[in-house]
Formats: sequence, structure tokens, C-alpha cells
Amino acid sequence: MTSIAELTGSNVSAGRGAYNFAFLDEATKREVRRAILKGVALPGHQIPFGSREMPVARGWGTGGIQVTLSILGPDDCVKVIDQGADEGVNAWNIRRLITDTSGVATTVDSGEATIIQTRHRIPEAPLAEGQVLVLQVPMPEPLRMVEPSERKTREMHGQADYGRAWVHLYEDIVSRGEISHTTGYPVMVAGRYLLSPTPIPRWDIPKLNMADCIFLFGAGREKRIYVIPPHTRVEPIDFEDYPFYVEKFPDQRCAKCGAVDVYMNELVLESGEHVYTCSDSGYCDNRTAEAK
Amino acid sequence: MGYTAMKGGLDAIKSAERLVVERGLDSEGRTIETARVASGMSLGVDRVMSEGGLYDPSAAAVALVQAEGDLHEASFMVRAYRSTLPRVAYSLPTNTSEMRVLRRITPAFQSAPGGQLLGETRDFSQRLLDWRIAGGEPTAVPSDATPTHLPDSELPKFTRIADLLRGEGLLPEPLEESVEPDDITRAPIVFPASRSAKLQTLARGETGSIVAFGYSAMRGYGAFVHGTIAELRVGMIPLRIRHPYTGQPVTVGEVKVSECEEFTISPHRKSDVADVEKFALGYGLVFGQNERKAIAMAMLDRQLADGVGGLAAQEEFVLMHIDGIEATGFVEHLKLPHYVEFQSILQGMRRRRDRDLAAAEPAGALS
Repeated sequence: MTSIAELTGSNVSAGRGAYNFAFLDEATKREVRRAILKGVALPGHQIPFGSREMPVARGWGTGGIQVTLSILGPDDCVKVIDQGADEGVNAWNIRRLITDTSGVATTVDSGEATIIQTRHRIPEAPLAEGQVLVLQVPMPEPLRMVEPSERKTREMHGQADYGRAWVHLYEDIVSRGEISHTTGYPVMVAGRYLLSPTPIPRWDIPKLNMADCIFLFGAGREKRIYVIPPHTRVEPIDFEDYPFYVEKFPDQRCAKCGAVDVYMNELVLESGEHVYTCSDSGYCDNRTAEAK
Repeated sequence: MGYTAMKGGLDAIKSAERLVVERGLDSEGRTIETARVASGMSLGVDRVMSEGGLYDPSAAAVALVQAEGDLHEASFMVRAYRSTLPRVAYSLPTNTSEMRVLRRITPAFQSAPGGQLLGETRDFSQRLLDWRIAGGEPTAVPSDATPTHLPDSELPKFTRIADLLRGEGLLPEPLEESVEPDDITRAPIVFPASRSAKLQTLARGETGSIVAFGYSAMRGYGAFVHGTIAELRVGMIPLRIRHPYTGQPVTVGEVKVSECEEFTISPHRKSDVADVEKFALGYGLVFGQNERKAIAMAMLDRQLADGVGGLAAQEEFVLMHIDGIEATGFVEHLKLPHYVEFQSILQGMRRRRDRDLAAAEPAGALS
């Protein structure tokens, strides 16, 4: 006789307290992977999916976690960062959920990882073909700033009706003298869909363009998945006379590894002094190790 | 250096977890017995099951103990546990006329077939603290009352009040829904939302939010719908699935629910409609005994039916914000480090400050 466990491909018969490999049941993982495949076929388009509750709060990375757990295999090597750092408490909490339920290897070296789950940063070192960057998404809708209704924004995407997003930037220039939009700067993907790149700094936006790796975006609370496949054109929207620019750290040098030309964290010491360090802790660790 | 991005993040969270666990222990290192929570805090258990979207009293009791009585947190744990359970079957529709009733009131009529059955309620009690409990004494049990205790199997069934008005042609016959209901746990809600998606979202909604939205409608921030509770019931209904081999319906258990039906008169009545004016019915059904949620749900069901009116009648506004687990998760995520974004914001503010200060400086002034 067929058992429920066989039907669902999971270990439900093992009873309470026993979890499937990578937490989610196999039917759920398949559903998430199907949404990802749709996203690959329609770069930048938001694919609705039946987002599950995770044992981590909604808004704390549950979309990224579901994507990571659904694509995870026993041979993967995972890196988890929060605000660029491997050691942040949220990165630790997500990493131990992944390892506790799957037993996969982890790393802090972005070159070594097959899957990198991140909140609001893209590693400094370029990622290679075959690597997957999973971004946690708080607000997937780039048009939310001009239109609160989901029903209307879906229509606007369907018709590539992005005029109001441009007007929004124009109004910003009128009131502030520049485009003040900082993190989560809206981008056009493959010339078709306007996309929220998640609150990564402007610094990271150029890394999305024509990349060798794949970017998977998971929004748990908002129940959307979207994808930027490798070698896809990604352009921030701007005006000819107000071109896109990134954050600048011209006079700063990392206090730990001496790096320049990276995204920096500003630390205010007890003395009141401001010092700067690399935001990408894995990059900084590698440089420090090489120097020794 | 605070809580972020420093070595020892894992040690810090493990220590925080230990502090939380220890806080919940008594002097002998024991947690509260979950069996005591299930019986002595049954309304909390009911609310956790309702908002967690899983009918499992023992899991809800464990969650309540683990969450130190935080209902949001306990519902969240139950929801997360739910994600690990495969969907093996869908239950068959249950006609709630089959409900074995523990409590039933009909505010619309002074007297109706079956009568009023007050049952277990605090509605007409004075809310006075009983300090005897604090002293370890048993609470006072009124000795001059003799409620009838019926065994589960002898609980009464009642005629539906709504059926009385159907008989008079004042309430439309229920629609025979031929479409499969949506499942908001498998496909996210889309707008305009189907009634099944609306009712599911409301049924899992956070009690306080639903009551607040319903209350706002009563105070004028919704469609102007005047409602009267036809019937409020608490009782047990059977749960049936189709047997995988025989295909026959088979009862697999019972759930305790609160159900509310509300008569409403639509303000949008058109004078040129040929047939007689009819009431509409607002519907609320929630796990466990949670009457305020069932009542407010019935109100919002009607508010959202036409979508005409203030905020409480706007389906996206109500349905996208009523889930307690989503709302608290996103609000509390602000506790996560945000220094990467803030660095970018700060740089913009400093750049504009320097630009504006330079512009304000008089030309040719000595520096």
C-alpha cells in the first residue's frame, strides 16, 4: 500500500519533531522552483507563489530562505550575509536554520559558495557562472512609491506603463535638486520590466548588469519571486542631465584591510572618531589573510 | 560594538535564547504544564489556532508556553509548524447546520425556534479581579446556579435563523458555488479577490486588527451598511474528507468554531430593480471560541462585498494588512541592522547639506 510519506516524498510518518531535508516538504520546494523557472523565462517579472510561513518572522528574510531551501542540494556550499556581514545575528540565525535542517557546508568566501543568501548587499568580488545569489526582498513592487494598489501596479507592469515612476524622479529633482533615491534604486530589466533590486546600495546596482551569475529574488510576506538571469541588461532609470551615480568614499580606506573603492561601513568610536571598514566582511577577511 | 556584524553573533543569539528560556521557568526549573494551559487558557489556545491557521490544541498550547503567553508569537510558531506539514487532502464542505451547539444567541429576535442558549460566556459578568486566585485559593464558584451539563453526544442542533427569513423570501438562497474555492496558502491573493479568498484571509486574520477594521466601519469609515446579528453560535462541527480508496465521505474529526451571521440592508438599492428587496448575509467563521473575531469578520465580509465606501470597504487595504503574522513580522524587522542603507541615506543628506551651505555662502566672502 502507498503511504502518505511516499505520496508526498517527505518524512511525515516520522511524526512530530522530525523535519524534511531543508525544512520544507518536497511538494512546496517543487512549487517554488517552478516559480523560479517562470521568473527565468520572464526576467524581472514578479511571479506570485504560495509563500509559506517559516520559523523566522515575515520580513526577516523568509522569501530568500524559501528560495534557498528549495534549490538546496546536499552538495551545496552556502554563504549567508546580512548587510554584507557573515557574522551578523540575522545571518547567523538564517545560516543555522539552513544547516540544522540540511547539514550542508557553509563558507564565508564568496568564491567558494554555490549559493549566497544576502540581505541588502552584493559581494564586492564578481560572482562566476554557476553561482546563485539569493536576495531577500522586503517590498518587491518598484511602483509602490507611486501606486499603493496591487491590482493597479500589475496592470501598469502588463502595459509597461512606467511614466509615473519617471515623474516621481523628476519631482525629486524639483524638490531636492537631485535624485535622492538611495538604496533599492529602480532598474529596468532587459528593457521590459521595472524591478526593485531590494535595498542594496546604489553601489551594487552596476553589478546586476550583464552578470555571469544568476540573481534570485524572494519576497516571503509579499509572496513574489523574480529573477535576473545571467547576461541580462539591467539599467537604473535616470535622465541624461541627471545621470545615475553611486555612493562615493573618496577619502576613506578600510581600517582593517586598507581597501579603497569598496562600499564602506561608517563606525563611530567611543572617542567620537569616525572610521570606515569594508561592508563586505568576507572580502575584507580574504584581503587581511592575503596580507599576512 | 552593539549587536551587528561582530564576531560572536552566534554566541550572542544563543545567550539571548537561554535568557528567554530561563525566564519562563519556575524556581525548580520547570515550565508550565501544557495540559494546564490547554484547559485553563483555552481562549488563548483558540486564538492561537485561529490566527495560526492550524486546528491543533496541543501544538497551540506548546506554542503558548514557549512564547511566554505572547499570542502573536505563539500563532507564528504554529504557522511555521504548519509549513512543514504536507497537504494530503482537502476537507469536504461542512454544512454548519450540523453544528452541535454549546452556545447560541439570536439578537435579531427576542425568541426564536430553539431559544437563546447563553452557554459559556463572560458577557454578563462583572469584570472584577478575584484576588483569591492570587492567594492560591480557588476562585469562587457560584453555588446558586445549576447549569445543565450535556454530554458531547447530546448537544443540541438548531434551526438556522437565516432560514426563517429565506422562507419569507427576504433572504436570497445560498449560491451553489460550482467553482473550487481559492486556497490563499497555496496561491497568493489576487485582486479583485474571490469571496473564498476574502473569507480565508479574514479567518486567519489577527483578532485585534479585524475588530479595529470592523469598528472603523461602524464609525463611518466603511460602506454604510446597517447590520443586525442574526445568530452567533459556538459549537462543534464535523470534519470530513473523501476516503482515498472508497471515495466515500468519512468523518476524521471535529473542530470547535465560532460562527456569526449578520443581516444587512444594502445602501445601494436601486429603485428600478424588479424583484423584492432582500437582506444580505455577512458571514464569519473562526476556529475555537473567539466571538468578537467572528462578529467583526461577518461585518467585514459585507463591507468588502461591494467595495464601495471608506477604508474598511477597500479590499486591498483590509486584506493586505489584516494578517497579524505578516504585519508584526515586517514592523519588527526594523530591529534588524540597516546600516548599509543608512550609510547611503546619510551620504545623500551630507551631500545636500554641503551643497546648500556652499550656495548660501555670499559670493567673494572671506573664508
